[in-house]
Amino acid sequence: KIESLKVTVDFLKLPLGLKKPPLKEALAAVPGPGRPKPFGLERHKARRSDTMDNESQYSGYSYKSGHSRSSRKHRDRRDRHRSKSRDGSRGDKSVTIQAPGEPLLDNESTRGDERDDNWGETTTVVTGTSEHSISHDDITRITKDMEDSAHLDCSRHLGVMLAGALALLAFLTPLAFMLLPQLLWRDELEPCGTPCEGLFISVAFKLLILLLGSWALFFRRPKAFFPRVFVFRALLMVLVFLLVVSYWLFYGVRILDSRDRNYQGVVQYAVSLVDALLFVHYLAVVLLELRQLQPQFTLKAVRSADGASRFYNVGHLSIQRAAVWILENYYHDFPVYNPALLNLPKSVLSKKMSGFKVYSLGEENSTNNSTGQSRAVIAAAARRRDNSHNEFYYEEAEHERRVRKRRARLVVAVEEAFTHIKRLQEEDQKNPREIMDPREAAQAIFASMARAMQKYLRTTKQQPYHTMESILQHLEFCITHDMTPKAFLERYLTAGPTIQYHKDRWLAKQWTLVSEEPVTNGLKDGVVFVLKRQDFSLVVSTKKIPFFKLSEEFVDPKSHKFVMRLQSETSV
Amino acid sequence: QYSAVVSFSPCQQRIEIHKLRQGDNLILGFSIGGGIDQDPSQNPFSEDKTDKGIYVTRVTEGGPAEVAGLQIGDKIMQVNGWDMTMVTHDQARKRLTKRNEEVVRLLVTRQSLQKAVQQSMMS
Repeated sequence: KIESLKVTVDFLKLPLGLKKPPLKEALAAVPGPGRPKPFGLERHKARRSDTMDNESQYSGYSYKSGHSRSSRKHRDRRDRHRSKSRDGSRGDKSVTIQAPGEPLLDNESTRGDERDDNWGETTTVVTGTSEHSISHDDITRITKDMEDSAHLDCSRHLGVMLAGALALLAFLTPLAFMLLPQLLWRDELEPCGTPCEGLFISVAFKLLILLLGSWALFFRRPKAFFPRVFVFRALLMVLVFLLVVSYWLFYGVRILDSRDRNYQGVVQYAVSLVDALLFVHYLAVVLLELRQLQPQFTLKAVRSADGASRFYNVGHLSIQRAAVWILENYYHDFPVYNPALLNLPKSVLSKKMSGFKVYSLGEENSTNNSTGQSRAVIAAAARRRDNSHNEFYYEEAEHERRVRKRRARLVVAVEEAFTHIKRLQEEDQKNPREIMDPREAAQAIFASMARAMQKYLRTTKQQPYHTMESILQHLEFCITHDMTPKAFLERYLTAGPTIQYHKDRWLAKQWTLVSEEPVTNGLKDGVVFVLKRQDFSLVVSTKKIPFFKLSEEFVDPKSHKFVMRLQSETSV
Repeated sequence: QYSAVVSFSPCQQRIEIHKLRQGDNLILGFSIGGGIDQDPSQNPFSEDKTDKGIYVTRVTEGGPAEVAGLQIGDKIMQVNGWDMTMVTHDQARKRLTKRNEEVVRLLVTRQSLQKAVQQSMMS
């Protein structure tokens, strides 16, 4: 109990930003093997994160400082890794959206407040538990960046353990309350007949309900690793902890010390604790699940690279949770990011630059000169008649035409290819050598459409997404399920959402949340945050859904009357 | 003293319009409004707002109708002998635009005509 208390206290310091002492001492403890600069940088950054007024990219830090005991060695490894990978991403360990499998937290803990980090694996995972990596993401992550994740795993694991411990404590407490008098002073107890039995039954069922409720609410794999603690979970855990502690205090003083004889009273005391726990569970359901259901804000997510945008409705969420929500929807709504489609064709742009050359004839002040020069070039270029839009237009038209031509060829090729095979009917008598399984059938017809497919993919610049193997697999899939050629082609003719493509390549695990406000703040009208990847970012802005004033108007059905319309005029 | 009105009856005038050929069509050069299926209260030219007759709403400049003397606001009573006081708008149009007729003879009445007759009668 004392252990968990200590950890909870540490943890409490987290959201308040009082992380400085543990951080400093931890950093001091870490040996600095000749890399003072990165460390200094990190420390500086950590401090900034403490004040919570900057980009909240320091996901790891918040955890680490909270669990300074375990985090020291993790920090060591992490720092070393970070200094290695410092090439632009400024030490971001932000929202790692993986679905790390969380060890099933235990039962009871209704709200798992106690689990500092894993709010019962339900919603947001303040610390992800990356140890159960059941999902593919996790597996790939683990194989790829072991160093990066190892210490995170451990810290999250610790959090889970703590929360689990608190949950177990809360669950066993009522049982302990009821058992201790029986064990310690059985002879002195007053006999307690029917009321006690009734109470025993109710305790049993309530605990069972609590168990089922906790299982439903908390035993879920977390979706993401959040940079900051989830405030509601922290609140709930603290609440449970205080509840349990105060019950134990009273129990210890009033019942254990004085050896209360009234067993019924003791049992009722235990039942009241179970009731209180059930109510906390109810609070957890409301805070964690229900509050965000009613839509309050509209979020607009725009991809910076090519302008693809979507609108989403969300309820009251903190910025980090809204970020995860957006990412979940990003993977199935946004068309896949194709860097090849971004730029204007070279022929269009290159013409712009030819033209003016500015020579400087021996002027002293070079800085002035350069800006003056560039301004002159820009002004001259602006004045010059610019025909690049013409180029662009014709290029586009030409490209369109080419794509349509290739597409027509592809569609025809695929249609013809599909006519070559048909499903084996029972009554057909065919020689066994001619019977093929889907894979062979796919291979048989692939040859006739391969060329057209390849040309089409190349024209639409999609060839990196589709390997021959993937096309064959998709063809096999379509043949097995009796799909028409059109259904087969749907995947290639339009750029699908990211999640459709091969996981390893296109599913990013690491996203950085950049926000001016602390990420545990709730969404408000006008909040803007950015989710960054290496090559593009998602800019999300918030707007409040307006307040609607609905008024009623009654229309009598008999009031619908009509007359001929007035003059029409015809010229003859 | 009477001022003579050139017409068969004091309030009516006969107008003979020769259709003009324009491409494939024969046009008369004016527009009509009114009819028993139309709303008579919207008619700006009629004196009696329940009159559902056919009125001339526009006359093209230099067209055959203007040349023949048709004026805006005239009420058409007959076309080539066919009555136009109790027809629908579409029937009126059809009667005027028969493809095999090159000349239409209209019987029209005009408020100014009526007023002139009344004035002359009163004076």
